[in-house]
Amino acid sequence: MDFSNTEEQQMLQESVQKFVYKSYDFDTRKQIIASEKGFSQENWDLFAELGWLTVPFKEDDGGFGGSAVDLAVMMEEFGKAMLVEPFIATAVLAGGVISEQGSAEQKAELLPKIMEGSLQLACAYAEQGSRFNLANIKTSAVVEGDTVILNGSKTAVLNGSNAEILLVAARESGAATDSEGISVFMVDASSAGVSIQSFANVDGKKSAEINLKDVSVPVAQRLGASGSALQALQDGVDRATLAVSAEAVGAMESLLHKTVEYSKTRKQFGTAIGTFQALQHRMADMFIECQLARSIVIMAAMKLDGGESALEKTKSVSAAKSRIGRAIQKVGQEAIQIHGGIGMTEELDVGHLFKSVTAAEIMFGNTDYHTQRFASL
Amino acid sequence: MNADFTAEELQFEIEVREFLQNDFPAEYREKVDAGIRLSKDELVHWQKILYKKGWAASNWPVEHGGTGWSATQKHIFATEMGLIGAPEPVPFGMKMVAPVLMAYGSDEQKQRFLPDILESNVWWCQGYSEPNSGSDLASLKTSAVRDGDEYVVNGSKTWNTYGQYADWIFCLVRTDTSVKKQEGISFMLIDMKTPGITLKPIVLLDGHAEVNEVFFDEVRVPANNLIGEENKGWTYAKVLLTHERTNISGVPRGKRRLAALKRLAGNTDDGFGGTMLENSAFKTKLAQVDIELQALEYSELRTLAALSVGKAPGPESSILKIVGTELAQEMDELFVDLAGYNCLPFVPEQFEDGFQGEAVGPGSSAAAALSYFNNRKLSIFGGSNEIQRNIISKAVLGL
Ligand SMILES: Cc1cc2nc3c(=O)[nH]c(=O)nc-3n(C[C@H](O)[C@H](O)[C@H](O)COP(=O)(O)OP(=O)(O)OC[C@H]3O[C@@H](n4cnc5c(N)ncnc54)[C@H](O)[C@@H]3O)c2cc1C
Ligand SMILES: Cc1cc2nc3c(=O)[nH]c(=O)nc-3n(C[C@H](O)[C@H](O)[C@H](O)COP(=O)(O)OP(=O)(O)OC[C@H]3O[C@@H](n4cnc5c(N)ncnc54)[C@H](O)[C@@H]3O)c2cc1C
Repeated sequence: MDFSNTEEQQMLQESVQKFVYKSYDFDTRKQIIASEKGFSQENWDLFAELGWLTVPFKEDDGGFGGSAVDLAVMMEEFGKAMLVEPFIATAVLAGGVISEQGSAEQKAELLPKIMEGSLQLACAYAEQGSRFNLANIKTSAVVEGDTVILNGSKTAVLNGSNAEILLVAARESGAATDSEGISVFMVDASSAGVSIQSFANVDGKKSAEINLKDVSVPVAQRLGASGSALQALQDGVDRATLAVSAEAVGAMESLLHKTVEYSKTRKQFGTAIGTFQALQHRMADMFIECQLARSIVIMAAMKLDGGESALEKTKSVSAAKSRIGRAIQKVGQEAIQIHGGIGMTEELDVGHLFKSVTAAEIMFGNTDYHTQRFASL
Repeated sequence: MNADFTAEELQFEIEVREFLQNDFPAEYREKVDAGIRLSKDELVHWQKILYKKGWAASNWPVEHGGTGWSATQKHIFATEMGLIGAPEPVPFGMKMVAPVLMAYGSDEQKQRFLPDILESNVWWCQGYSEPNSGSDLASLKTSAVRDGDEYVVNGSKTWNTYGQYADWIFCLVRTDTSVKKQEGISFMLIDMKTPGITLKPIVLLDGHAEVNEVFFDEVRVPANNLIGEENKGWTYAKVLLTHERTNISGVPRGKRRLAALKRLAGNTDDGFGGTMLENSAFKTKLAQVDIELQALEYSELRTLAALSVGKAPGPESSILKIVGTELAQEMDELFVDLAGYNCLPFVPEQFEDGFQGEAVGPGSSAAAALSYFNNRKLSIFGGSNEIQRNIISKAVLGL
């Protein structure tokens, strides 16, 4: 048994650390969020150059190998510095769905562009009312000859405003929550009938609400066979769930570290507040939460990479998301509390870490959802 | 033992309820329900409606224009206000500085300041905390040095809630550095327009600048703005603090929010064809909050019963602060749970009065995360919950 990083993983980790140290301090991040796109194209180009955009992809797809453990190692570093670049949206989620569901030609057309950094994507699946159930899709896809007409609304579309192509999950047949009948279409974001409301989420990442009104798309833009996309969607979202969990582990690590350091320097009643046992125990608990969160994310990543059944893999992702959700609440809230008033301010990074992990708790299904999914599988 | 109201008290409850139904402006009620902040003008307007009714100052004695209500009447009033969502009077004038003025101010000071507080003509803010003096308030350093008929004030205060609206600030300042820290503090009233005062807004996690830093640079304050005796300020402030901790549990507001949670859960799809009100995990959490609220309500009633037979509010009120604030925070977690993706967009402008743009997300769900972030303050201010637990350990348990 060996839980240490491989040499390659270590290099990946160090390369992200070096980038963050040089180019991603808190003020730079603020400027990036305030910019028009809400992420830095320059950084994105660099990610491509450093090969990071290949990490989520299998060797067959021309990628680095598609190991979930590699991905987790990287995401943890991303999380520590709260990177807002749409890595999960484009490379992990959309890239994952294309890799699973696309035809050979579709993959050959799109995946290289993702990996070389020249294509932004977004996966539009969630809807008002669907909550976290991926099968709950009301957006309709009606085939008329060799075109498809899409109608419906999508919510919480990560990177929706920057994507050139939207992967729209729509229903060709069946009732609202049937697992059969769902297809994914590649929709040019500038198509007539697509309206996009863009905003930043509480974690600074760009997201969008998207409305589709009589959007017409060539049938050839369907990924794979008709009505068969749920499994691929599911797998893509599972991987994205693992990625966001690993990111949260990194962010929690930062929260813990910053809180402990602050408690050593902040003096009240003539002494550092870190000398109060009431606070020491709470920081010890934060440390425990961080460790358990990391353990379960590693477990899920290993299972995704291993020979487990599809069911086991999915179950381990839900286990991870459920457990880190509990850690997030505790570590995030305690970090603010122990900082006192200063932790409540927009000016300090701690509050932003808290907001980032809060978003992570909700993203791809919150704690209750994944706990119940775990129980039902 | 009984927790019943008398016939007169029940009559009073009906009167209060009817008044609020009729006179609390419907548009304010809608805003409160949608999580939109009331503006300064709206808060003042509502306050003046209460004033006309004679109910502006529920905690004041009749001689100063207050209601002279019993503890139970105050409780009934606060409950009905909370249930309908009517904002409590802005506390800084009415509940914080006024009782100090009444107890320790000169007649001249009372006449000068109290009527304007009662009529909501003047907005006050609280200047206690400093960057290096939070929980350890008595270590404060902002200095006031006597110079003829004036004091010269230098230093800075921070976390001043709504300082941007304030006409006056009441401050704790250091007037003697040679004695024990609690013994060199004075209580001073300062006109915010005095030259040398500058304000710097502090934006909080919800994107709203609710608090400010206030800087004092050679600020000259007339000596007759000092309350009571020099160097007795700490005693005055402490007397105030114990009185301030009644009606802090937020039970009425909690009940209102619980009802809102239930309504919202019934309207929120669970994604599988049902609603979140049928979701077992969510239902259990709702029940737990409901039960805790009842335990808290009866704790408050027990405190109230002790008050109405003349006992001073004791350190038990720390229980109400701790449980009330933590329960409010738990409810925020439930709102976030329910909202799911809908609370992720960070568009704080849409909850400011007069927002003209296109709103994101359906109604109040979109405010859930902002409220969750903002209400982390509840366990930090007003004596942090750690400090409250220290009070229980020492003053109640004798540790
Ligand atoms: C079932 C059982 C089996 C045991 N088996 C063994 C054994 O095989 N060998 C052996 O040597 N001992 C054994 N012990 C003893 C055990 O190690 C002691 O009970 C333990 O060290 C606590 O000591 P104490 O009971 O004197 O409690 P105390 O030390 O008096 O502690 C009382 C309470 O104060 C807390 N406390 C103490 N110091 C601090 C501090 N600095 N900060 C915060 N809290 C503090 C403790 O956590 C505890 O809650 C056993 C005890 C039990 C109950
Ligand atoms: C939104 C907001 C509004 C506010 N409004 C006002 C206002 O209008 N006017 C005003 O004067 N002040 C106001 N305050 C200030 C508030 O009272 C202080 O934030 C509070 O007293 C805590 O001080 P601090 O922030 O400096 O934290 P610190 O005192 O530095 O505390 C940091 C942490 O250490 C803990 N701690 C400190 N001492 C101990 C101890 N002995 N044992 C265990 N734990 C301890 C605290 O509980 C906290 O968790 C406001 C604060 C906020 C956040």
